[in-house]
Amino acid sequence: MIHVDNLTKFYDSFCAVDGISLDIPKGEILGLLGPNGAGKTTTLKMLTGYFPPSSGTIAIKDYNIQDHLLKIKQMIGYLPESSPFYKDLLVYDYLDYVAKIRGIPADERHTRIKYLSDLCGLSHVMHKSIGELSKGLNQRVGLAHAMMRDPEILILDEPTQGLDPNQIVEIRKIIRKIGEEKTVIFSTHILSEAEATCDRIVIINRGKIVADGETENLKQAAGREAAIQMTLANASFDAVSQTLKPIDGIESIEKIDETDDGRLSVKLISRSDTDRREEIYKMIKAMDWILLEFYQEAKTLETIFRDLTRQINKEN
Amino acid sequence: MRQFTHILKKELKDFFATPIAYIVITIFLIVTGWFFFSTFFLYNQASLRNFFNLLPLIFAFVIPAITMRLFAEELSKGSYELLMTMPVTFGDIIIGKFLAGLVMTAAMLLPTLAYPISISFLGQLDWGPVIGGYLGAILLGGAFSAIGLFASSITHNQIVAFIVGAAICFTLTLIDKMLFFFPEAILNMVEYLGADFHFSNISKGIIDSRDLIYFISVIFIGLYGTYLVLLQKE
Repeated sequence: MIHVDNLTKFYDSFCAVDGISLDIPKGEILGLLGPNGAGKTTTLKMLTGYFPPSSGTIAIKDYNIQDHLLKIKQMIGYLPESSPFYKDLLVYDYLDYVAKIRGIPADERHTRIKYLSDLCGLSHVMHKSIGELSKGLNQRVGLAHAMMRDPEILILDEPTQGLDPNQIVEIRKIIRKIGEEKTVIFSTHILSEAEATCDRIVIINRGKIVADGETENLKQAAGREAAIQMTLANASFDAVSQTLKPIDGIESIEKIDETDDGRLSVKLISRSDTDRREEIYKMIKAMDWILLEFYQEAKTLETIFRDLTRQINKEN
Repeated sequence: MRQFTHILKKELKDFFATPIAYIVITIFLIVTGWFFFSTFFLYNQASLRNFFNLLPLIFAFVIPAITMRLFAEELSKGSYELLMTMPVTFGDIIIGKFLAGLVMTAAMLLPTLAYPISISFLGQLDWGPVIGGYLGAILLGGAFSAIGLFASSITHNQIVAFIVGAAICFTLTLIDKMLFFFPEAILNMVEYLGADFHFSNISKGIIDSRDLIYFISVIFIGLYGTYLVLLQKE
């Protein structure tokens, strides 16, 4: 569907995007993650045809962006970062203008606007001017704007920015729903959001792709080691250390905390390809310790993200 | 329908939804009305010549005030980005916005039709120069709109756009009154550059192809300059 090859963008001498290549099949929800200034927005802007890349190619279906810019613009719906609309226009007038410019025939226009206003929860503000709306409502106007022509590809730049938690859940629902049939690309720096919404995640840092994979795979790949935390009573750290260390696959044991009333918290680091929870439990049972807490730390994208982006920043 | 018509309509809606339109039109009518009628009865002639003499100077600051927001506002608010990601070409955008400026100028001129109509009751009004004058005013408005549009495209700041636009329009209006500063060899050329010179020809009722070509070239240069600026922004 979308084929990006060696995409590079220079702002004067500053390289914002450095040789990004991506293949995005139809119907995928792709999350573009990265710290601030990583080149997310620049990449998205090039995909929408707002400005041309310094080098590299973008092709959507069989259309090359250099030669078929207008055609590609018709296929893409775009929500920019700060939803900058004409503040003086009424919401209805603005959507009507977008409908016209997107070439929706006059007899379908009204139904389409009605449908989108219901979908995005705008029905009660259609008669207000855009300048009066709150940030969240503005974002919804942007979403309606982006979806006007029922585009095959939806590009959203930080769609949930500035929304309250309820609205975020709603917007995510909308994105998932659209993603069933359409290709959606969105950028975010909120990891849980990407985790909850995307089929595939691409992490970029300093203009380069540092990780690219399906959300699940990426999460698994991250955990080369698994951590188990437990809290015990009636046990000393030395004893625990001696008893559990011999279990195959346990690499280290750290003391996290020990309270005066004899509660001990430890963290066991093991290789993630082995699951030693049963053995650990049996050992504890054999001793006279009281097990108060026992849980495996879930590997989140957050850890991967931090590892990947921090490492590279350190190298440079 | 062509894409530029949607942009034209949106610009007009935006313009008339805000107070700017009414303020600019009111100021225009007060200024022209006052200067024209304060001396009208002294001349004791049923003609609009003085009105049309005033027009270039007033247009030179009123039209840049209309056109200053056309691009500068989009650039500063970022809506330019949205516009560029919609299926429109530079040509659509420029023509749409230029025509919006021209329509606003025409809307501003419309109430002044009351002058010739009321004057025609006072005496024998020669309609030739009046029709020529209005035709010239539209051409002049087009030329200044194109210049104003260009000024608006080069900056994010509406005030800068206004000042640059007004400066260029003033220069074109006044240049043929400053002929004594120029060496004799280029006098004709400088005179030909003056917008006022061409406008006064048309407003006498003489429609000469040289004057038409002048206005059309100014419009073309303004719009082409805008096109180059937009191209540069990529």
